Amino acid sequence: MNDQTLTPEERAANLKGMGSSRKRVEDVRFTQGKGNYVDDIKLDGMLFGDFVRSPYAHARVVSVNKEAALALPGVIAVLTAEDLSPLGLHWMPTLAGDKQMVLADGKVLFQGQEVAFVVAEDRYIAADAAELVEVEYEELPVLTDPFEALKSDVVLREDLEGQTEGAHGPRKHHNHIFTWEQGDKDATEAILAEADVVAEEMVYYHRTHPCPLETCGSVASMDKVTGKLTLYGTFQAPHAIRTVVSLISGIAEHNIRVISPDIGGGFGNKVGAYAGYVCSVVASIVTGKPVKWVEDRMENLMSTAFARDYWMQGKIAATTDGKITGLWCHTTADHGGFDACADPTKFPAGFMNICTGSYDIPTAYLAVDGVYTNKAPGGVAYRCSFRVTEAAYFIERMIEVLAIKLNMDAAELRRINFIKADQFPYQSALGWEYDSGDYHTAWDKALKAVDYEGLRAEQAQRVEEFKAGKTRKLLGIGLTHFTEIVGAGPVKNCDILGLGMFDSCEIRIHPTGSAIARLGTISQGQGHATTFAQIIASEIGLPADDITLEEGDTDTAPYGLGTYGSRSTPVAGAATAMAARKIRAKAQMIAAYLLEVHDDDVEWDVDRFSVKGAPERFKTMKEIAFAAYNQAIPGLEPGLEAVSYYDPPNMTYPFGAYICVMEIDVDTGEWDVRKFYALDDCGTRINPMIIDGQVHGGVTEALAIAMGQEIAYDEMGNVKTGTLMDFFLPTAWETPNYITDYTVTPSPHHPIGAKGVGESPNVGGVPCFSNAVHDAFRPFGLVQSHMPHDHWRIWKIANGLGMHE
Amino acid sequence: MIPAGFEYHRPGDIASAIGILQEHGDEARVIAGGHSLIPMMKLRMAEMGHLVDLQAIDELKGIEVGSDTVTLGAMVTQHELITHDGLAAAIPLIREAALQIADPQVRYVGTVGGNVANGDPGNDMPGLMQCLNATFDLSGPDGNRSVAAREFYEAAYFTAREDEEILTRISIPVPGAGVGQAYEKQKRKIGDYATAAAAVMVGNGTASVAMTNLADTPVWSESASAALADGDVNGCVAAMLDAIEPVADNRGPVEFKKHVAGVMLRRAIDRAQNRAG
Repeated sequence: MNDQTLTPEERAANLKGMGSSRKRVEDVRFTQGKGNYVDDIKLDGMLFGDFVRSPYAHARVVSVNKEAALALPGVIAVLTAEDLSPLGLHWMPTLAGDKQMVLADGKVLFQGQEVAFVVAEDRYIAADAAELVEVEYEELPVLTDPFEALKSDVVLREDLEGQTEGAHGPRKHHNHIFTWEQGDKDATEAILAEADVVAEEMVYYHRTHPCPLETCGSVASMDKVTGKLTLYGTFQAPHAIRTVVSLISGIAEHNIRVISPDIGGGFGNKVGAYAGYVCSVVASIVTGKPVKWVEDRMENLMSTAFARDYWMQGKIAATTDGKITGLWCHTTADHGGFDACADPTKFPAGFMNICTGSYDIPTAYLAVDGVYTNKAPGGVAYRCSFRVTEAAYFIERMIEVLAIKLNMDAAELRRINFIKADQFPYQSALGWEYDSGDYHTAWDKALKAVDYEGLRAEQAQRVEEFKAGKTRKLLGIGLTHFTEIVGAGPVKNCDILGLGMFDSCEIRIHPTGSAIARLGTISQGQGHATTFAQIIASEIGLPADDITLEEGDTDTAPYGLGTYGSRSTPVAGAATAMAARKIRAKAQMIAAYLLEVHDDDVEWDVDRFSVKGAPERFKTMKEIAFAAYNQAIPGLEPGLEAVSYYDPPNMTYPFGAYICVMEIDVDTGEWDVRKFYALDDCGTRINPMIIDGQVHGGVTEALAIAMGQEIAYDEMGNVKTGTLMDFFLPTAWETPNYITDYTVTPSPHHPIGAKGVGESPNVGGVPCFSNAVHDAFRPFGLVQSHMPHDHWRIWKIANGLGMHE
Repeated sequence: MIPAGFEYHRPGDIASAIGILQEHGDEARVIAGGHSLIPMMKLRMAEMGHLVDLQAIDELKGIEVGSDTVTLGAMVTQHELITHDGLAAAIPLIREAALQIADPQVRYVGTVGGNVANGDPGNDMPGLMQCLNATFDLSGPDGNRSVAAREFYEAAYFTAREDEEILTRISIPVPGAGVGQAYEKQKRKIGDYATAAAAVMVGNGTASVAMTNLADTPVWSESASAALADGDVNGCVAAMLDAIEPVADNRGPVEFKKHVAGVMLRRAIDRAQNRAG
C-alpha cells in the first residue's frame, strides 16, 4: 500500500487535521451564490408577514383599525396583541428573566416596536397592507437617558408597577431593573481611601448594533395533519429555540423541528427570540400555511438586539510606582424598554466582572444597575463573550487614565501589573479562575514587533513638529492587552432559561471510512464544517475531507446551546474531541482483535493502530471502520459511532496584545490607521488561516465601533442612525491592513487545549483603536473622550484643547 | 423597504417621455440612474403611479468634447465621466470629482443628469457645475430652454425645472489653459455625501469657487470667486464661509462643518493654484 511508504508526518499532513490551514469547505457554495439562507426557503402556498411598527418611542396605543388593510385583496390576516392574548402569546419571556411584548399591548416603549402583524399572499401586498393599518397613538414623555430614567416620575413598565422584586433582586425605582454586585465593596473603598494615587473617570461604551449582513427572519410551517411545526430561522441557538417555542406555545417538543439553515452572520444579533419568530409561528398555526417573515435593514437596526450602552464609572488605585492596588466600577446599563439581554441566567451583566482584565489587582468591586429607557431592547454580546468587550474597554481605558495620572508609559504600567505566568491558574478578585496565560511573553513580542521605542521617539518628534507649526497631523499609539473569558459554560453556574450550557457532538463512522458529525452549535460564517472536521481528523485519523459536518437541524443534531460568546470551540469543540476519543477507544479494541493481540499491545500512530514494537503490523482507521460493520467481534457491538455531551470544567481565557498606529488630522478629525498589529493567544490553533480571517473580521468590526458606528437617538427617541448611510459599516476602502501574530498557551482543561478566538479581535480591537485616538492627544492634555471617534468628535477634542486657535 | 406599486414606462425618445409626463402630471416621475429615487420609493417617502425610465433614449447619451465647450448627455454615467480620456484632458475637474462620488457599483449606473437635476444638496455635481459655469438644457411641452447651473437651484429638491420638463444636456465651457482646478471632499466613508466639499478653478486672473452640502442648495459665491481671482485667499474663504448655511446632522454640528468647509476650500485652492502653475 502506498501509505506504508509515507512517514508519520506525511500521513498526518494528508489528514488536514489540527494546525492545517485547510481551505474552508463552506466557501464553495458561498462564493457561488449557492448558500441556502432563510430568505431562500420557499414552501408551497407560503404567505408573507410584515410589521406595522410604532413611529413613537413612548406612546399609548389607543386603537388599531384593521379594516382598510383587511379589505386589500390578498391580505389574509392582521394580528394584534388582542388576537395573541387568548393564546398567551402577546408577551414572551426574555432570556434575562423579564418579559417582552410580542405585539404592542396598550403601549409602545421604543421606536420601531411591533404593533401589528400583517399576513398576505405576497411580500408586496403585505407591505401595502401594513401602510393601511390605522393606529391611533397618544404620545407619552420619552426617556432616553438612563440617569434621567432613574429619577423620573414617568413609569415605562406599567405592567411591573408595584413589583419591587425583579428577576435579579430588588428594584430601587420603577425604571430600575436590577443591581448586580461582585467583589468586596468595603475593602475596595478602604484601599481607594488610602491609596497613593487614585484615577477616576467615566468611561462610556456607546450603543451600537451587530448588523449582520443577513437580517433576522423565519419561516414557520405548521402541518395540521401531522401536528408538526417546522420552524426555519436565523437562530444562533436552534435547540434552545425549540425548547422555548414548546414552552410558550404548548406544542410538544417532539412535534417541533427547528432548522437554522446557512446564517449570514450573527454576532449576537441572532441569539434572542424576536416578535417576528412568534408571529410567523402563530400566523402559520392560524392559517395552516407556511408564513415567512424577513426584516429589512432598517427594522434590523431599529428593533432587533442592540449591543453595549454601558456607562462605567471607574476608580483605580495604585502606588506611586504604578502597582495597582484596587479597582472600583459602577456601571449604569441602559437596557431599553425590556430587559432582553442575552446572558447566562445568573449573570445579568454578563461576564462584566472580567473587568480586572490582564492585571493582578488584589481587591476589586463591581456594581451594575440595569435601567429601562425608551430604546430598543437587547444588550447582546456583539462579537464578544457576554459584556466582555465592555469590561475590556473599561479596564484598558482606566489603565491609560492611570498612566496619565502617574505620568508613566502605558506599556510599562501594563507590564508591571500583568498576572505572571507562574500565577496561573489565577483567582481574580471578582471571582474568576483564569486557566492559563503568559502575558509578559506576548506583550514583549508585540512591542518588539512594532518597534515600540522607535514609535514613541517618532511620536515625540511629531509633537515638536506640531508645536513648531510644521504639521497638522498627530501620531497616536494605541495599546491594549486584553483577556477574554469564553466558552460558557460550566453547567454548575451557566444556564440560559434553565438549560445548562454544555454542548454536544455525535460522530458516525461509515463502513468505508468516511464520517458524519453533528453538533449542537451552528456556524454563522465561522467555518465549523472546516475546523471541527480537522479536530476529528487529528483524533481518529480519517482525512478531514472525508468528514461531513451538520448543524442546525434539531431533528438530527444532538442538543446543544448554540454558537455565540466564542463557545463553539471551547465547548462543542471539546465534545467533538471527546466523542472522537470514544470512537478511537473502540477502534483500538477492533484493531487488537484484527491483529490478534491484546488491546494494550497496540498503540495509536496518526491514522492507525500498530502493534507495539512491530510498526509494520497495523490496521488503519479505514480498515477498522470496515471491520466494525462486517465482522462479528466478540464482546463488541457492531458499528462505530459515539456521542459526547461536554460540560466544561471552566471557561477558557484567550488573550492578546494589540497595537495600533494612527495618524490624526486635527483640522478635519480624519484618521488613518498606519499599522495594526494583533497578537492572539487562543491556545491550540486548529486552522491558522481561519484564525487570521476571524481576526481580520473582528478587528474590522472593532474599527467600525470605535471610529463611528453607533445607534444614536434624539431626545424624542427617534433612531438617528437607522440606515447604512449613517450607521458605519466599513468597506474595503476604510479597512486597514492587519499584521497578525500569535503565541500558544494551551488551555489546561480543554481536551485539545483550544480556547476560542472569533471574538478576541473585537474585545481587543475596540480599546486599541480608542486608545490610539486618546494617545495622539495625550501630550496636549486629553484624558478621556467618548467613542465613537468619528470626524467631528475627534475635531471636538482638538477644538477643546485649543488646537484650532 | 418595499415600494408601492407603479406603472413602468420606457420611452425611446424625449418627446414620448414628455408626453407621458404630460399625461400623468404629478403622478409621474422620470428615473435616470435611480440611486436617489429608488431608495425614496422603498422608504415610501416618494410614491408615484408612473415611473418613466430614460435608459432607452439615445438622445440623452454621449459626451462631446469641443474646443470651447463640452456637452454631456443627461444619461451619461459617472463611470463614463471617469473613463473618457478626452473629457479628462479638457476638464480634469470632472473626473476628479466623479471619482469621489459613491462607489464603483453606484457609478456604473448613476448619471450626471440625475445627479444635477434631483436638487439634492448632498450631490457633488451641482456645486461642480456651478463652479464650471455650466448650462442645463431642458425640454418640455413648450419646447427647449437653457438655465445656468448658477440659477438652477432654488431649495433642497426644488429647481428651475418644471414638472413636465426633462433635463437633457449639460454644456460646460472649457476652462482656458493655465486654469488650475481641484475638487476637495471630506466624507465619513466611501459612498457618503460630503461633510463639506469644495470645487475650485483659478488662473489667468479668473477664479470660481463653489461648495457642496453646506446649505440647502450648492453654494457658488461671486464675492469669494472675485477675491480668489485677486489672489486674496483669506478673503475668498471668509466670503464663502459667510455664504454657506450648514445645518447639524449626523456628520456633526454647524461649528464643525464651517471649520471643515474652510479647510476643504483652502486645500482645494492650494491644489488648484499649484496646478495653475
